[in-house]
Amino acid sequence: MPIVKVDGVEVEVPAGATVLQACEIAGKEIPRFCYHERLSIAGNCRMCLVEVKPGPPKPQASCALPAADKQEIFTNSPMVKNAREGVMEFLLINHPLDCPICDQGGECDLQDQSLAYGRGQSRYDENKRAVTEKYMGPIVKTVMTRCIQCTRCIRFAEEVAGVEEIGAIGRGEDMQIVSYLEHAVTSELSGNVVDLCPVGALTSKPYAFEARPWELRKTLTIDVMDAVGTNIRLDSRGRQVLRAVPRINEDVNEEWASDKTRHAVDGLVRRRLDKPYIRKNGRLTEASWDAAFLAISQVDAGSNIAAIAGDLVDCETMYAAKALLGSLGSTLLEGRQTGMDYDTTNLAAVNFNTTIAGTEKADVILIVGSNVRWEAPLVNTRIRKAIKKGAKVFAIGPETELTYKVDWLGEDLGVLGNLPDAVTEAFAKAERPMMIVGGAGLKSLGAALALVSPLGLIKDGWNGFNVLHMAASRMGGLMLGYAQKGGIADVVAAKPKLAFFLGADEVDFAAFEGTFKIYIGHHGDKGAAAADVVLPGASYAEKSGTYVNLEGRVQRGERAVFPPGDAREDWTILRALSGMMGKTLPFDTLEELRADMATDTPALATLGLATFDWAPPALNAAASGELTGYPIKDFYLTNAICRASPTMQRCSAELVHGVDFAEAAE
Amino acid sequence: MAEAPKIPDEAETRARWGAFAWNDENQKKANEILGRYPKGREQSASIPFLDLAQRQVGAETQTQGWLPVPVIEFVARQIGVPYMRVYEVATFYTMFNMAPVGRYHVQVCGTTPCLLGGSDDVLAACKNKGLIKGRTTPDGLFTLTEVECLGACANAPMVQINDDNFEDLDYDKTSALLEALANGTPVTPGSQTGRRDSCAAGGPTNLVAMVDENHDYRGEWA
Repeated sequence: MPIVKVDGVEVEVPAGATVLQACEIAGKEIPRFCYHERLSIAGNCRMCLVEVKPGPPKPQASCALPAADKQEIFTNSPMVKNAREGVMEFLLINHPLDCPICDQGGECDLQDQSLAYGRGQSRYDENKRAVTEKYMGPIVKTVMTRCIQCTRCIRFAEEVAGVEEIGAIGRGEDMQIVSYLEHAVTSELSGNVVDLCPVGALTSKPYAFEARPWELRKTLTIDVMDAVGTNIRLDSRGRQVLRAVPRINEDVNEEWASDKTRHAVDGLVRRRLDKPYIRKNGRLTEASWDAAFLAISQVDAGSNIAAIAGDLVDCETMYAAKALLGSLGSTLLEGRQTGMDYDTTNLAAVNFNTTIAGTEKADVILIVGSNVRWEAPLVNTRIRKAIKKGAKVFAIGPETELTYKVDWLGEDLGVLGNLPDAVTEAFAKAERPMMIVGGAGLKSLGAALALVSPLGLIKDGWNGFNVLHMAASRMGGLMLGYAQKGGIADVVAAKPKLAFFLGADEVDFAAFEGTFKIYIGHHGDKGAAAADVVLPGASYAEKSGTYVNLEGRVQRGERAVFPPGDAREDWTILRALSGMMGKTLPFDTLEELRADMATDTPALATLGLATFDWAPPALNAAASGELTGYPIKDFYLTNAICRASPTMQRCSAELVHGVDFAEAAE
Repeated sequence: MAEAPKIPDEAETRARWGAFAWNDENQKKANEILGRYPKGREQSASIPFLDLAQRQVGAETQTQGWLPVPVIEFVARQIGVPYMRVYEVATFYTMFNMAPVGRYHVQVCGTTPCLLGGSDDVLAACKNKGLIKGRTTPDGLFTLTEVECLGACANAPMVQINDDNFEDLDYDKTSALLEALANGTPVTPGSQTGRRDSCAAGGPTNLVAMVDENHDYRGEWA
C-alpha cells in the first residue's frame, strides 16, 4: 500500500487509489466536475489539478493519476491555485451567468466551486457560445448552453443505466450532449442524470421552477414504489412534497433512484381522499368521521372479518389492523392482492437472501420469471455490475430488454426440471451462484427451491436463493402474518362480512360481493371506488412508518407533510374505530404501537437486516406452464400514487406506449 | 451553431435509406476491413465502414456522398455497437457529411497560410461561379465549405474537392478548375502551377546540383 505525502501529511492509501482519492483520505477537498466515484474516470474537466512530485513541473489531473509510493502532493500551492483559477475561467467562458433563473441555483457545483476556487471577476468580454435545447424525455429538462461537457450523463447512461442513448456529437466548441436523435431516453433511471449534472444543463422537468433548495424542508424517509426500499429525502414546502431525491445507502440504492421514486410525488396532491365517504343508494357520499365509524360498527360481522393490505402500506398500519382483527377473533389477513399463493412457512425461502449489495459478487445468475428492470430497477443495476465483473446471466421467461446480455432459456417453466447443460455446467463452476425468482416465477417456487442443492446455491457464507418482491409492504406483511395458505382465494372462500382494504387497489373486488368493504387509503383509485365506506388515510410521505425491503431490511421513514383535509394517519383511524367497535386497541401513541408491534414481531423493532433461518419447506417440485408475461405491464403506473401522477402518466404514454411528445425543433 | 448541418427530415431519410445495405463490391471490401481487426474489436471498423458507406451513398446519388441516419445505423449494426457510438464518430469527423452535398464538395482552406496566400481570391472565384458557403448549387454540382487547415500549407492557397487537393490557386485558376469540373473535362490534381509536390516555388535554391543527378558535395565543404 503506497504511502504518500499530502501537503506534508503522510497518509497510507489503498493500492490502485488515485491521487484525488489520496487527497480525500488526507481530508483535503479537491474540486471536480467530471470525476464521480461511481462512474469511470474521464479526466476532461481539469478542475482537480494538483501539483505532484516527482513528476513534470506542471499541474496534473489528480482524478486520473495513480497514487504512487513516496509521492508528494500539494493541494494549496500557488501553482495549484493558479491552475484552478485558470480552469474555472475557461469553464465560465461559455457558461451563461443565468443563475437567477437556473433551477440548479443553490445546489450547483459550478456555483460553489467558482466561489471557492475561481477568480473574483471575468476577463472575457467576447460573445458566448449558445446551444439549442435538446429533448431528452419527460423527466430531463435541458438547457444545454449551461453544459460544461463533463460527460457524467453519458457515462451514467452507458455504465449504470445500460442504455447507450446519450452521447457527445460534434467536436471542439461545437460539441453537444444529446440523446440519440433527440428521442426520449428509454431508461427508468434517467432522473439520476439530473443529480449527476454538476451544472444546470440537465434539470428536472416536472420540478422546473418549483422551488429553491434553501426553502425546502428535508425529511429522510423510505420509498414505497417498489420493494427495494430506496432511501430517499422528501423535499417539501408548506403542505406539499415537491421532490424526492435519493440518499446514499451503499447497501440498498447506492445513490440512485428510479424515475418512479423521484417523480411519482406529484401524484401525492392529486385524486386524494380528504373526507370519509359512505355508500348510500349505490353512490359514495361525503360523511363525517363519526357517521362513517357508526356505519361500520353497525355491521354485525362477529369474528368474520378480514384485512387485505395494499402494496404501499407501512408495518404500523398492518399491525394496527392485525391487532384489531385479533381482538375480534380473526386472523384473516392477506397482502398478496393479485392472488399469489406461494408458501410462506419459511420466510428465508421467499427472501432476497443474497442481499442487494451481495448481488454484485455473483458469478452466475439464473432469473426465473422476472423482468428485473421493471420489478426492481436498482437490483438490475447491481446485476449489471456483476456482469461487468464477469458474471453470466440465464433467464426463463418472455424475452425482454434487461440492458445486458442474457441467455434466454425459453418461456416454459418446465425447463426448471431439466436445465440445459450450459446452465448446469456454469453453476457447477460458479463460486457464488444466484437464482432470482420473480413475480411470474413464484408459482413454481417449489421447483426453484428444489434446485437449491443441485445448483449449489448455498455455500459457506453465501445464500444464492432469492425471491424478488415488487411491493414495499410485502416482506413486512409476510412477517406480520399477512398471508393465507391459499392466498386471497382463502379470504374470498371465508366470505367475510366485513373487510378492511388497507390501500389495496389491485384486488378483484367482484369476488367480495357480499362483504362490507372498508377502504382505508389515500387515493381515490379502484379500492375506493369499490368500497362501502372510505376512510381517508395518509400516504407514505405523511406518516412515520416501518418498511421491510425485499432483502428483509427493516427501515424507518419520517413524516414529511401532513395528510390533506380530514385524512388521518392510518393507525390512528384503526385505533379510533376500535373504540367504536368496543375493542379499544392498547396503544395511544405511535411509540406504544411500535412497542406492541415489537412484542408481536420482534424483528420489526431492530432497524437493519432481519435474519431468517434457512429452512425451506418441501414443496411440489414439479414445474410446468408457459410464462406469458410479467406481472408489471406498465412500469410507470403500478400503484395509486403513480396513477394519479401526471408525470408518470406522461412517462407511461411516451416510454411504454410510444406516444410522441417531442416538440418540433425551434 | 449557425453552420451546423441541417440534418434532413428523419421520416424522409428513413423512407429513402432504410433498406441500405452493402452492394456486392463493398461487401467484399467490408469483409476485408473487418478482417483487419481482432474478434471483439469490431468497433475499430467504425471509421472505415462509415467512409465506405458514404462512398456507396455517393455512388448511388452521383454526389460525394453523405451519411443518412439509417446508413449510420446500418454501420452500427454491422459492427454490433449502439447507434449513438457510431453517430458520435460520424459527427466528430468533418470528412463525414451529415447532410447531402453536391457531386463536387469544394472545401476551401481559409486558415492563416492559405489566407496569406490568397484564399480570399479563391472564395471570390467560387462566389462568382454561384457557390454559396454551406449550400449546394441548384444544379447539384457543387457544395462549398470553408474549412480549417488541410495540411498543404506549402502550396497555399488550396482547395480539396472530394478526394483530391488542388493547390497553388489564384482567382483565374480556381475559375478554370470549377469550369472544367462543370464541363466534365479532365483536371489534374496537385499543384496548378505545375511544380512537383511542394518543391520550392521558384525552383530549387540549395542543393541545386542534385536536382538532376547525384552530386558529391563533400569536396566543396570548406
